Amino acid sequence: MLKVFVPADTTACALGADAVASAVAEHARARGLDLRVVRNGSRGIFWLEPLLEIEADGNRHAFGPVYPGDVAGLFEAGFPGLSEHPLYLGKVAEIEWLARQDRLTFGRAGWIDPLSLDDYRRSGGYEGLLKALEKSPADIVAAVVDSGLRGRGGAAFPAGIKWRTVLNTPADQKYVTANADEGDSGTFADRLLMESDPFQLLEGMTICALAVGATQGYIYLRSEYPKALRVLGRAIATAEAAGLLGADILGSGRDFHLQIRVGAGAYICGEETAMLESLEGKRGLVRFKPPLPAIKGLFAKPTVVNNVLTLAAVTTVLAKGPEYYRDFGTGRSRGTLAVQLAGNIRRGGLVEVPFGVSLRELVEDFGGGSASGRPLYAIQVGGPLGAYLPESLWDTPLDYEAFAAVGAMLGHGGIVVFDASVDMLEQARFAMEFCAVESCGKCTPCRIGSVRGVELIDKIGKNENRLANLELLEDLCATMEVGSLCAMGGLTPLPVRSAVRHFPMDFARNAAE
Amino acid sequence: MRYSNGIPTTVVSGAVQKYAAIPGGLMPLLHEIQAGLGFIPKESVAEIARGMGLSRAEVHGVISFYHDFRYQPAGRRTIQLCRAEACQAVGSRSLEAHVKNRLGIDYGDTTPDGRFSLEPVYCLGNCACGPSMRIGDEVFARVGPERFDSLLDDMQHA
Repeated sequence: MLKVFVPADTTACALGADAVASAVAEHARARGLDLRVVRNGSRGIFWLEPLLEIEADGNRHAFGPVYPGDVAGLFEAGFPGLSEHPLYLGKVAEIEWLARQDRLTFGRAGWIDPLSLDDYRRSGGYEGLLKALEKSPADIVAAVVDSGLRGRGGAAFPAGIKWRTVLNTPADQKYVTANADEGDSGTFADRLLMESDPFQLLEGMTICALAVGATQGYIYLRSEYPKALRVLGRAIATAEAAGLLGADILGSGRDFHLQIRVGAGAYICGEETAMLESLEGKRGLVRFKPPLPAIKGLFAKPTVVNNVLTLAAVTTVLAKGPEYYRDFGTGRSRGTLAVQLAGNIRRGGLVEVPFGVSLRELVEDFGGGSASGRPLYAIQVGGPLGAYLPESLWDTPLDYEAFAAVGAMLGHGGIVVFDASVDMLEQARFAMEFCAVESCGKCTPCRIGSVRGVELIDKIGKNENRLANLELLEDLCATMEVGSLCAMGGLTPLPVRSAVRHFPMDFARNAAE
Repeated sequence: MRYSNGIPTTVVSGAVQKYAAIPGGLMPLLHEIQAGLGFIPKESVAEIARGMGLSRAEVHGVISFYHDFRYQPAGRRTIQLCRAEACQAVGSRSLEAHVKNRLGIDYGDTTPDGRFSLEPVYCLGNCACGPSMRIGDEVFARVGPERFDSLLDDMQHA
């Protein structure tokens, strides 16, 4: 029987993949073809979604983008036979945009049926867990430390060190939590992984639980991701039925129970301590640190809080060894980064590459420039708390330290591209407005500072005491940066200051002086 | 049993029973009530507080903190427009103006006929193919003003 793959991922479906899938099934029925539609995940090649694939002569061949209205024409042109149809893209493995990536974490995405445990295991899944079961907790932690893996949520803290702290803190109960509150604009890598390869997250969390001695885990998932919720829920049930989660994992005598908790639209709950509060059923108020969550986290117990991609990467570290992972990357940024090309970009999607690649290579070679065809103008890296970078800084390599050195941050790897139609004063204003809307309200610089920031930027736009207000804005940014409890208030100055510094003309449009 | 406005109390009492013993159960409890009723009745706060061993202020604090929870029913369909940067880069600010104008309402409002509520959302994870919009559990990609109008027409005739 012939298999036709149509992604069920959020972006593919937002572009009509469900209708494509049913149209393919209908046409096949009408023609009496023995064909099965498999709903795979996405490869993250969103500029070609919906990407329809068929299996032929041992290869996967792609057509795309295939919109619902294209399906009839495809069949008329001989589909599912390969044809000279203009939408035919050739073998998937030879699509340059994909072939040039180093997919350590996203290697399976799009290839497999996300809910098929067999597919997952056949493609190397659960090898990491099997190796972990043979190791002592300290050896698992040592492997993660040796890999150089740093937290992918944005703060880039060494994952192994965090795990070691939890391992070495005695307690009657410990927790592993996955931060799946992927709220940064321009990011979708966590979502893509959870929708396209959910067992990888489950396996990573299970390895973590073995390493630190936790028996209970939570995935804190944002409510904006209903598809990921359904996929994860079914994956957990499948893993439990297969003895890979729950009591006595694979007969090891070790237990790890996993639940999903859904957020409720608060950006701040992506901050680790606010996430813990929310998991406890409270308002998402940021906590003072110390104590670190690794020592006193969820319900005051030692808790690992890691981003989805950090936990997923651990499966590769364990399966292939820390050296393998560490050999990718540059400087102190080891492994690969799941870059997300977003905004006004011609070829947007997920690009997993080793650290060290430059921003320009990403937006020009992979991204192909702007979607609008106008010249690129500003790039915001690292979400709403990330800096806006002008062209003079696009040769900065992807590297945590290199970005910090130019007053920017990599964050969760979101890259949002703007063409010259953007008004950077409006973007700076939005950064403050977003902070005002999403601040948890616990500390004054963030809660009040952001409101004052919006007012100041409005005055600057209207040329009211422009120079004095620009100076005041800089003062305010300094206060927020050093006086805020967490990164929300502390980093909002990053997009604001970078906009003022690199795009001063947008702050002087009505200026007389 | 019903609250004074005719809403049955069984959804609330069922949820309280289900989550009372679960650590951190207030969030899933509130989600369940809202999924069942479309909103969280203000009159239920006392019962939730009693059942969960919390003060009414704590329960109200949680409901009012999170954007998703609401004390009032929404329109038949809630339209969420993404306001975040990746969508701004591809024209969401003008889409936003168009949608508000077309529906005649602002964020947080419901059309007088009760058909549509409009809410902002900060990222739907569809950032390579914006502007993005969510209605129910469905996300729509590359939504320009024209696409919005045709989707709206479809919904109005549905």
